[in-house]
Amino acid sequence: MKRETLLNAAILLLLLALPLWASVADEPFLITLTTRAVILAIAGIGLNFALGFGGLVSLGHAAFFGLGGYAMGILAFHAQNYTPMMEWPLLIEGTKSMPVIWLVAIVTGALAALVIGALSLRTAGVYFIMITLAFGQMFYYFAISWPAYGGEDGLSIYVRNSFPGLNTMDPIQFFAVCYAVLLIVLFGTWRAARSPFGLMLGAARQNPDRVQAVGQVPYRLYLTAFTISGAITGLAGALFADLNRFVSPSMLSWQTSGEIMVFVILGGVGRVFGPVAGAALFILLEHTLGGLSEFWHIYLGAILLGVVLFAKGGLYGLIAGREVAHD
Amino acid sequence: MTDPVLDVRGISKSFGGLKASDAIDLDLRPGEIHALIGPNGAGKSTLIAQIAGGLAPDSGAVHFAGRDVTALSTAARARLGLARTFQISMLAMEYTVLQNAMLGALGHRGGVFRFVRSVMRDHDLVARAEAALEQVGLQDFRAFRTAELSHGQRRQLEVAVALTLDPKAFVMDEPMAGLGAEGSQQLVGVLDRLRQQAPILLVEHDMDAVFALADRISVLVYGRIIASGTVEDIRNDPEVRRAYLGEEA
Repeated sequence: MKRETLLNAAILLLLLALPLWASVADEPFLITLTTRAVILAIAGIGLNFALGFGGLVSLGHAAFFGLGGYAMGILAFHAQNYTPMMEWPLLIEGTKSMPVIWLVAIVTGALAALVIGALSLRTAGVYFIMITLAFGQMFYYFAISWPAYGGEDGLSIYVRNSFPGLNTMDPIQFFAVCYAVLLIVLFGTWRAARSPFGLMLGAARQNPDRVQAVGQVPYRLYLTAFTISGAITGLAGALFADLNRFVSPSMLSWQTSGEIMVFVILGGVGRVFGPVAGAALFILLEHTLGGLSEFWHIYLGAILLGVVLFAKGGLYGLIAGREVAHD
Repeated sequence: MTDPVLDVRGISKSFGGLKASDAIDLDLRPGEIHALIGPNGAGKSTLIAQIAGGLAPDSGAVHFAGRDVTALSTAARARLGLARTFQISMLAMEYTVLQNAMLGALGHRGGVFRFVRSVMRDHDLVARAEAALEQVGLQDFRAFRTAELSHGQRRQLEVAVALTLDPKAFVMDEPMAGLGAEGSQQLVGVLDRLRQQAPILLVEHDMDAVFALADRISVLVYGRIIASGTVEDIRNDPEVRRAYLGEEA
């Protein structure tokens, strides 16, 4: 078996075994920690779709993450207060149902990415980075100044949302839900990376002129990738808010965009499993380094520098070597 | 005589005070290689960009495969069967040789926005890509990363990708650039056979290659076509000798 396949399996097994053990050993904190890693991995996979596959360096992905979070927060807020979201022209009520919330988060993330992408993708390079950052900050300040949904304080949800047949307040059951979502997203991404779309998108990243010369339009490929990216990140945002039973503008802040990017880079840009490894490593570092010093970000920064300078492919590049061409 | 596949009619393009293209007429007929030569700065690249798309002429029109394509994008022209190769290799360097050829086959066939089935299991596409690689002699390198290819092999791959577009005409921008004598000779052999498949508009500095391949030659100097004719006509044209060939002829 290839080293990469082994590494993939090892990471997935570890992420599964750890909380199972913690459940038996009655260490709920460890389950929550792993759940956090799993959810951040999904957000990373979302960003990786744009950043890794499409070469679109977006510093605005917190917008999609936060929108997913607020989709959950707002729906659950209305459900727990028994107030409708909208009465006219048609009655829309809140909900505590996870599948419905996910769907709303995915659609919201995708729509936001479609609009932001349609405008931002007219630029490239550093301008693209700046314009995505600006859009992200727009959402951030909007959330801060909108008192109906908590403004700066955010929204607290008292009881975690429900999934048919499960008790989601039980940490291990909620973990199982997130883990299943991760597997589905991973599988879909893995297929997409090898699909006709994945092949052409990768070419658009490497050489847009080549794509035009074979009769395709890079912009359409980028925009599609960006939209899918926003949808996945939005879904992760909904799960993240559900994990914390809390959503606040900080989910929309540019630091969040930066953090997602950090673990995509840590794991390995453009590798399907890269963000999973990166998110796990990030949580591990946050937990261990955070215990050593309040200023653990300094160490994280040093490690990130090391990765960027000496292990360009991230953890995956280091362990599994260069990506094997898939044919 | 059959209708030309590619017909450039009275194209002009100015940049400030510089006339890069000055009422250029040029055509490409089935089965021929039409070489376009001219000194550096004559406006060859500008002309190519107007033919292949990417640069709109100030006036004049480009007709291709029986329709006016002047307003069409590069991608749209490529879909009509105008296959371009670049002076500097435009390949996806991280991809394998086969994957690069697949790009052409996929781009031409369409159906890019499919997300589930593995593209490498699309036997029709793979077969088309492999056929093109075989035609340029790269079949043994299909699993190589493109970055590992020699310069000459990359030039061959450029041609192979163009072939997968099922082209009605080729526009080749200095395919021999940077090739050694052996590489040039090999590529001359490939292009020589290619003209039966689709005519080639060949922009080239390598005069040995031009004289070996061309059915017709047009000479571009300061944005104007100063002469057009057979290899013999051009060799003996006094104006061309003065303006361009100089001591070489």
